[in-house]
Amino acid sequence: MFAYFIRRILASIPVMLVVALFVFLLLRLSPGDPAAIIAGDMASPTQLANIRAALGLDQPLHIQFFVWLGELVRGNFGTSLISQTPVLTMIGQRLEPTGSLAVVAMLFTVIIAIPLGVIAAWCHGRFLDKLVMSASVVGFSVPVFVIGYLLIQLFALELGWLPVQGFRSLSEGIAPFASRIVLPALTLSSIYIALIARMTRASMLEVLDEDYIRTARAKGLPERAVLFRHALRNAAVPILTVIGTGFALMISGVVVTESVFNIPGLGRLIVDAVLARDYPVIQALILLTAGLYVIINLLIDLSYAITDPRIRY
Amino acid sequence: MQPKVVMKSTSITARTLLSATLLGLGALSFSAESQAQTVNAVMHSGVRIIDPILTTAHITRNHGYMVFDTLLGMNEEFQPQPQMADWEISDDGMVYTFTLRDGLTWHDGEAVTAADCVASLERWAKRDSGGLMLMNHVESLEASDERTITLTLSSPFSYVLELLAKPSSVPAFMMPERLASTSPEEAIPEQIGSGPFRFVADEFQPGNRVVYTKFEEYVPRDEPPSWTAGGKVVNVDRVEWITMPDQQTAINALGSGDIDFIEQVPLDLAPLLETNDDLILGTLSEMGSQTMGRMNFLYPPFDDVRIRQAAMLAMNQEDVLAALVGNADYYETCGSFFGCTTPLGSDAGTDTWMATGDLERARELLEEAGYDGTPVVMLQPTDVATVSPQPVVAAQALRQAGFNVEMQPMDWQTLVTRRASQNDPADGGWNMFFTNWIIPEVWNPIVNPMLNAQGREGSFFGWPKDEELEAMRLDFAMAESDEERERIAEVIQVHALEQVIYVPLGDYRSVSSWTNQLDGVLKGPVPVFWNLTKSE
Repeated sequence: MFAYFIRRILASIPVMLVVALFVFLLLRLSPGDPAAIIAGDMASPTQLANIRAALGLDQPLHIQFFVWLGELVRGNFGTSLISQTPVLTMIGQRLEPTGSLAVVAMLFTVIIAIPLGVIAAWCHGRFLDKLVMSASVVGFSVPVFVIGYLLIQLFALELGWLPVQGFRSLSEGIAPFASRIVLPALTLSSIYIALIARMTRASMLEVLDEDYIRTARAKGLPERAVLFRHALRNAAVPILTVIGTGFALMISGVVVTESVFNIPGLGRLIVDAVLARDYPVIQALILLTAGLYVIINLLIDLSYAITDPRIRY
Repeated sequence: MQPKVVMKSTSITARTLLSATLLGLGALSFSAESQAQTVNAVMHSGVRIIDPILTTAHITRNHGYMVFDTLLGMNEEFQPQPQMADWEISDDGMVYTFTLRDGLTWHDGEAVTAADCVASLERWAKRDSGGLMLMNHVESLEASDERTITLTLSSPFSYVLELLAKPSSVPAFMMPERLASTSPEEAIPEQIGSGPFRFVADEFQPGNRVVYTKFEEYVPRDEPPSWTAGGKVVNVDRVEWITMPDQQTAINALGSGDIDFIEQVPLDLAPLLETNDDLILGTLSEMGSQTMGRMNFLYPPFDDVRIRQAAMLAMNQEDVLAALVGNADYYETCGSFFGCTTPLGSDAGTDTWMATGDLERARELLEEAGYDGTPVVMLQPTDVATVSPQPVVAAQALRQAGFNVEMQPMDWQTLVTRRASQNDPADGGWNMFFTNWIIPEVWNPIVNPMLNAQGREGSFFGWPKDEELEAMRLDFAMAESDEERERIAEVIQVHALEQVIYVPLGDYRSVSSWTNQLDGVLKGPVPVFWNLTKSE
């Protein structure tokens, strides 16, 4: 397995290089000029040219690319063109809010969606199944921001149990952290709960008619053990795939939830950077996201071997 | 045995954590967390650029007023007032002597010197259009001693004090010489000013959060505060500006006590706050902003004054303002280039040339000019609410008058780049775009960048070239009395309206809201946080 792991890591290097080149060219060829954004309304053409030169944007594209790549290899992601802050510092400031949100949302998803999917499959065709499936349609269909506003209205404004916005680091204490992460995590997880509950139900239905399930029941095993120890483990591969890709999607798609709950995370950082044409920040964030996808896909593949002994690398 | 121990330990830990969490949740009153003497404010934008000389962004200017100070301030009468320095003018009006007041120190503890201020003025003058104009009339600017700055003019120029005191968009902020010697095209490496607040670098998160603490050594002036003049007395320990991209979230946060102040409340959401007795809804700047349209003078069809006049007449201020603001309590039609509530605001020339939706005259002018259907490439930003509606309303009016309008939607930052292009409209250029200015940025012919008519090299985007107008602006700069200035401003307005240097589309005001725990919120063109007190 270790050799497989190393092979996959090495194989990801050309992927990342292609991503780096693609992102670099896409940004440089799209309209927008960071110098004009910095200089503001009253800059003369000479002032704009001076700012471009100061930022290195007057250099030929290939030189800009290789300078950036050379710094990247040395672990330097550059400095924001707009705020002049090191890009890694900016990402570091935003990583914990987004990471916390995604992890807690995924925890909610797994804790809620998998039991719901299993129960729905177990009650196939009955009222509980239909209820879970109907709720999942709602989870799919209602936009995330609507769910966010409804939760805020109920739990923050009407009941006053939780704050309406903001983020507190775990280092400031569990209570402040938990109180501010619950609603956004529930909001963000809603669509994934719907997705994974349906996926779990479908996978479970495929295995529940298998002979080994009938055998387990015939041996007199309790139904809970049949469902969770035998059926769910055999149905786990597609569920793990969806959870893995769902987690990566969560990281890269949290911007709406971050905006509604005012969480200063990576999603907002990338939107701000795109709007300001802050090239080094956009490039670093896209590389980071691409790297995250590579790692998560690798972890998913490795997890197959844990849940299914037939899979070996 | 080992696994059992681990299991038990994990179980206890989990239970403890859960209990602690629930206890914490129960014990905390989330909507009223202790924020002793900290003012949390949501400003109109996130702070990203923190060098107040580098950019014209208003949020950076606001940041500048927290950390840096100015030699002169401007009061609500538009009069320059002493701030860091008093001044004397020689009898012939050619030598200005500024004397720094006692007790001025930088945030690093060093004393403010005249050499620092000279370097700051020189850097500011390289970035600010008013500063550039001033320096064209300056023979020398030097530190005569530790506390004295001497500015000697090479030719008469009576607008020195007004330019040094101007509150927007790039005020002449003072900084230590070692920072002021930074190239004006590069950001200063530190935030060391002599203003009433210190910048907390460790807590700065670009675009998200900026924190200021009271500068204990700051010595405010004795006079009462008025705009950027007078005593900047700080009564709170800490001010945090938090960026909230979602306006509804900001309003919820204000209502629940998470924040104390919102700089700009969208008018369609204002009714949510009007019914809350704990909140105050108010206008900080009664003058507000001017919205306007600018045509490109370099290319057809707007290189013909008659077609520019037709476009101006076709547009209707009332329609534009209704779409932009909606609530008539917060806007007024105004044909003046200088805002209708300023000393120079007048209706001179507006009886003939104003955006009143006179389609009949517009069609006559188009016919007279022989308009051949050349497309009007109109830039439409789709992502900024304060500039999105104007092109939509204007395009409809122009089409009704007979123009062929080609609307090109884009995001604002693309527009900012595109409008700098002097190419043909069919080749990446443009014919018309819209923007807004706060009134103190346009209130006289010198500071109003849109009235600069130096052509391709020196004008604001659109590049009008009008030597007559430039001569009038110079006359204004050399006028020696307010009466003379008012007279010249009227002449300029009549001429610029006839030439349609740009199309004023009316004045509107923004609404701010704050909790009634705050007292002493100052009105003015710049939101400031001195004079504020916060009760528990």
